[in-house]
Amino acid sequence: MRKAGFLATAALVTALVAGQAAAEEIRVLNWQGYGTDEAWATEFFEAQTSITVVHDYFNSEQEMLTKLRTSPGAYDVVLINSAFTQQAADEGLIQAIDPSTISNFVDLAPGLRDAGEFKLAGNLYGVAWTWGLTSIAYDYTEVEPTGTINILWDPAYAGRVALRDDSVENIYIAALATGQNMNDPQDLDAIREKLRALKPQLRTYWASEDEWNKEFAADTFDVASYWSGSASRSAKTFGMPVGFLIPAEGAIAWLDGLSIAADAPNPEGAAQFIDFMVSAYHYMRWDTEVGAPASANAAVMNALPASAFNRQVLGNPAATANLQFMAPLSDEKRELFLEIWEETKAYYAE
Amino acid sequence: MRVETRRRWAIFGLTGPAYLWLTITIFLPLSAMLYFSFQKKGPFGKHASEFTLKHYEAFFTKDYLQALTWRSLEMGFHVTLLCALIGFPAAYVLAKRIKGRWREALFLLVVLPFWSNALVRIFSWTIVLRPDGILDRAVHLVAPGLPPVDLTDSYTAIIIGLTHSYLPYMILTCYLSLQAIDDSVIEAARSLGARAHTILWRIILPLAIPGLAAGSVLIFVPVIGSFFEPKLLGGTQGAMIGTVIEEQFTVVSNWPLGGALSFILLAIVLLILAVSSPFLKQHMRSQ
Repeated sequence: MRKAGFLATAALVTALVAGQAAAEEIRVLNWQGYGTDEAWATEFFEAQTSITVVHDYFNSEQEMLTKLRTSPGAYDVVLINSAFTQQAADEGLIQAIDPSTISNFVDLAPGLRDAGEFKLAGNLYGVAWTWGLTSIAYDYTEVEPTGTINILWDPAYAGRVALRDDSVENIYIAALATGQNMNDPQDLDAIREKLRALKPQLRTYWASEDEWNKEFAADTFDVASYWSGSASRSAKTFGMPVGFLIPAEGAIAWLDGLSIAADAPNPEGAAQFIDFMVSAYHYMRWDTEVGAPASANAAVMNALPASAFNRQVLGNPAATANLQFMAPLSDEKRELFLEIWEETKAYYAE
Repeated sequence: MRVETRRRWAIFGLTGPAYLWLTITIFLPLSAMLYFSFQKKGPFGKHASEFTLKHYEAFFTKDYLQALTWRSLEMGFHVTLLCALIGFPAAYVLAKRIKGRWREALFLLVVLPFWSNALVRIFSWTIVLRPDGILDRAVHLVAPGLPPVDLTDSYTAIIIGLTHSYLPYMILTCYLSLQAIDDSVIEAARSLGARAHTILWRIILPLAIPGLAAGSVLIFVPVIGSFFEPKLLGGTQGAMIGTVIEEQFTVVSNWPLGGALSFILLAIVLLILAVSSPFLKQHMRSQ
């Protein structure tokens, strides 16, 4: 028994030394402050594997793609929203992942893990990591929502509404509000009209989580579009009176995956890092200490305390029955949506 | 002949590096952008090169692009005018009324904004202009009964921020023009009985026109293309042609449309300069 333990330890040490000799570093490309760059996480990973984690950041999905295109070999792990995974794989920016290298793969929720968005020609290009909603957050000391997305258009909140300055997000919100399939809206004129009708409501745009929190704290708005993970952080970390509404008309759902860059200098280290990222240990600490979006790891979601925002809001089957997952978007549609949004912004500024 | 040749080589050697540098840093990227503005797609992804005029046509067929361009031109006009109204008297005082140490100290204050990052300057304005911000508190210290002063997310905020950012250009260019005016000219006018406002309108202003014009160009051109100041200070009033151009590059990687809109803006600037230069030349000749 003792001998077996010794052998196991020896094997582990050998594996660690081998790992260390093979590579000392992995480079991660992600949004700043989004789970991978928590100091405790990178320290824990380094202690476990002797691999140092170096970060670089992007501010938009397009910037992420541009960085992969213009700097091949500069990154190992990259966070890619599932709507972009196929495009990145098709352009040869990321490589196929062998699921057997991810020991926590079996614990991931099948609906997310096996999502078609992560696959191209039968190969897996992204490991489901986190998911969440873009919906409506509100100040629960001022607002009592009735469960409809039309709260954004409620004259009671004229001049007290904020939206993210993001064409796709706002067109999806207007599509849901006009009863359309957000991934394939047919009546764009109805969407234009619905967005224009927000003019008296709209106070400002927000661009980042940090800005949302500052504006909310300064009482600039009462109702605003927001991301579920960020809402959970605002409520938990900053103790702000933030409620999160999943309206009857539905909400925009997104799914983020971790991928390995095509010319990754250290693909083995990248797989180890991804395995650590989808582990129960990382998610538990991330959600309880910082506040995180929902995990794709089904086992750990059910292990959260009953009061946890993610279990309360996102674990509620009735509220999440009407979600629409964001599908990949063609360049032409993206350009068209931006044009509609810019035209609307010009109207707001009149 | 030998001296002539040597001189020619000296001129070539001295100016060559500068022209080479300008060619590489300005001409090459600009011509690449001009090329892409006539392409159907940008430089990324797999597709064949295809010539099109549709990005230039977009400007003439889409009303909101023209409306936003007009908004940006208006913004440029307002900022330039404010900079002239504030900057010219400041430059006059610096050039003609203050001497020695004080002038150095005031110059330092004028140039000081240049030493801080433009983004930091704009963010600090959001702290000043917001409700319960520095301006709000100052106003209520003097007049406690007034409603809260909130200038954030407004056109006024954009103008304030941009004027602050670009004012030093106007002060410095006007200062150089005013400094060059011989004091004896003013004294002569005074001794011949000209009044203060006559001296200002008939002597000082005409002689300072080169400075005012240079300052105006230096301010107007970047202001009409500005994007982060309107975005950060303007809220829903922040939509400008500059923000549209920025979003073509950062949101949809639509380099062709972004490039085409930039060149249209450049053409408008050149047109404005072409129209105003005869007027300016005439003024300078009449001196």
